[in-house]
Amino acid sequence: MTNLNVEDWQAILLTLKLAFASTLILLVIATPLAWWLSDAKHQTIKTAIQAIVALPLVLPPTVLGFYLLILLGPEGLIGQTLGQMGLPNMAFSFSGILLASVLYSLPFAVQPLQQAFEQLGRQPIEVAASLGAGPIDRFLTVILPMCKGGFIVAATLSFAHTLGEFGVILMLGGSIPGETKVLSILIYDHAEAMNYQGASQLSLGLLVFSFVVLVLVYRVRQQQYGQRK
Amino acid sequence: MSLRIKANWQRAQLNLQIDTNIPTSGITAIFGRSGCGKTSLLRLIAGIERVKNAEVLFNQQPWQIDSKFEPIERRRIGLVLQQPSLLPHLSVEDNLLYGYKRTPLAERRVHPELIINLLSLSHFLGSDVSTLSGGQQQRVVLGRALLTSPQLLLLDEPFSGLDNQSKAEILPFVREVVERTNIPVLLVTHDTREVEKLADHVVFMENGRLAPPQTIADALHQPFSPLFIGSECASIFVGILQKTDDFGRQKVSSTKNDGCYLWLSQIPTAAVYNTKHGFDSRVRILAKDVGIALAPIPDISIQNQLSATITDINHNENYVLLTLKLEDGQILHSEITAYSFSKLELTFGIKIVAMIKSLALD
Repeated sequence: MTNLNVEDWQAILLTLKLAFASTLILLVIATPLAWWLSDAKHQTIKTAIQAIVALPLVLPPTVLGFYLLILLGPEGLIGQTLGQMGLPNMAFSFSGILLASVLYSLPFAVQPLQQAFEQLGRQPIEVAASLGAGPIDRFLTVILPMCKGGFIVAATLSFAHTLGEFGVILMLGGSIPGETKVLSILIYDHAEAMNYQGASQLSLGLLVFSFVVLVLVYRVRQQQYGQRK
Repeated sequence: MSLRIKANWQRAQLNLQIDTNIPTSGITAIFGRSGCGKTSLLRLIAGIERVKNAEVLFNQQPWQIDSKFEPIERRRIGLVLQQPSLLPHLSVEDNLLYGYKRTPLAERRVHPELIINLLSLSHFLGSDVSTLSGGQQQRVVLGRALLTSPQLLLLDEPFSGLDNQSKAEILPFVREVVERTNIPVLLVTHDTREVEKLADHVVFMENGRLAPPQTIADALHQPFSPLFIGSECASIFVGILQKTDDFGRQKVSSTKNDGCYLWLSQIPTAAVYNTKHGFDSRVRILAKDVGIALAPIPDISIQNQLSATITDINHNENYVLLTLKLEDGQILHSEITAYSFSKLELTFGIKIVAMIKSLALD
């Protein structure tokens, strides 16, 4: 039934690689950020950071992509610095679109975690500390198991959202096969080339996958809610 | 052995201004109304909050001084809060052992067998935390804290969220545990009866300030002590609980004077915190339950007739509050009507007999 060609497989693998890598990076960045936000004493700074984190939700992806292109390009601030250090340019490369997806999906990782941490409160952490658990011990034995649902939701949403990324990558990455040509770009290319059959089987695959992911997320949320009741 | 605290801490509604030494032997109650800063003080001592320029020294160990700040996990403090704080993803047993496992071998003085026995926890070990009642949960929390062999146990109104039944379940354990393990306790509370039953020392707190520590006896000797605001005036009789006799009565006799004893009817629960034979017990006696006679009366149902001397007289609108000194030196308060007071021609320094119904002591 499926007749995916080499190009299709390449795009699928690249997309999965991008999604896994950005999810991993996002969890590492979003956890401390969400923790800080869930307990921030300084309201003004907290509000500002929250707004910045949420920006990708409202900005057209092309705007984010545009600024990244400027920053990462050979003339840009980051591009120049990297160039002086003898490192390759990030625009039109996998590392460039990885950075873009991390920024683009940041709210999808931070918000569920922040919510989970706020629900957890500080008491379990204080209690664990009084029982002799240091910071890493507390994270592994209290925060992680008690906020498991938040982490699962954050990871799946980040993963799914990265799969659906299009505008940012188009602006920043162009469409270099095996480097930046992800599924959404390939679907666009297929449709442009009137290859509707190719576009349709990839689209259907993404549709089914996204649906399954969302069902899983809502089930986890339901379970969490049920447990608290 | 003492806890030195110095702080000037401005919180939203409260200015905590403290410069004091709190005794760290037995149970010390920090007593005050809601909002007086008790919980803030406890968070400062525990190191949950880092208060600028504060000083906390526990038995010469610097927990916080100048730029030095020992994090809570290194202070070795047992913490029991108002809300039972069991970790819901762990079983009762895993909760109980959470701190024990993290206590270095050399510092483990309290072991699971003792705690499981003392707090009668063996039935719950395999249970899910959520199946336990509030009182049972607090017992596990207390056991978990004790199993870290803490240098200091901090109890923040641990019984105030419990109904009377659950309170009766856990209160008797606290005193016994302290006696057996020798761990000093700071008990933050606004409950007069908890202080009367448990405390060795009491520190009154008001508007973020602490009064100098007093022994429980001294605090109870003052009929207008902050302890009795909004609560009835009472005194505590300390003695050794004897075996039940054929009539179902139990005798609590003074350690200093054999002739000085109280009869309790049946099984005392609320009034006596330690119901084990041969142990120190405290009997709470309300001032209004103590009557006065000029001489012993043999033909009367009242069995408790204790010789005493009047050491203080306070006139109030409708009643007179007498302070009585028993033969063994313990103090009793008695509330009688102005009519009886003048009819008996009571004066300072005279010898009288204090009459207390046994049933009043339940």
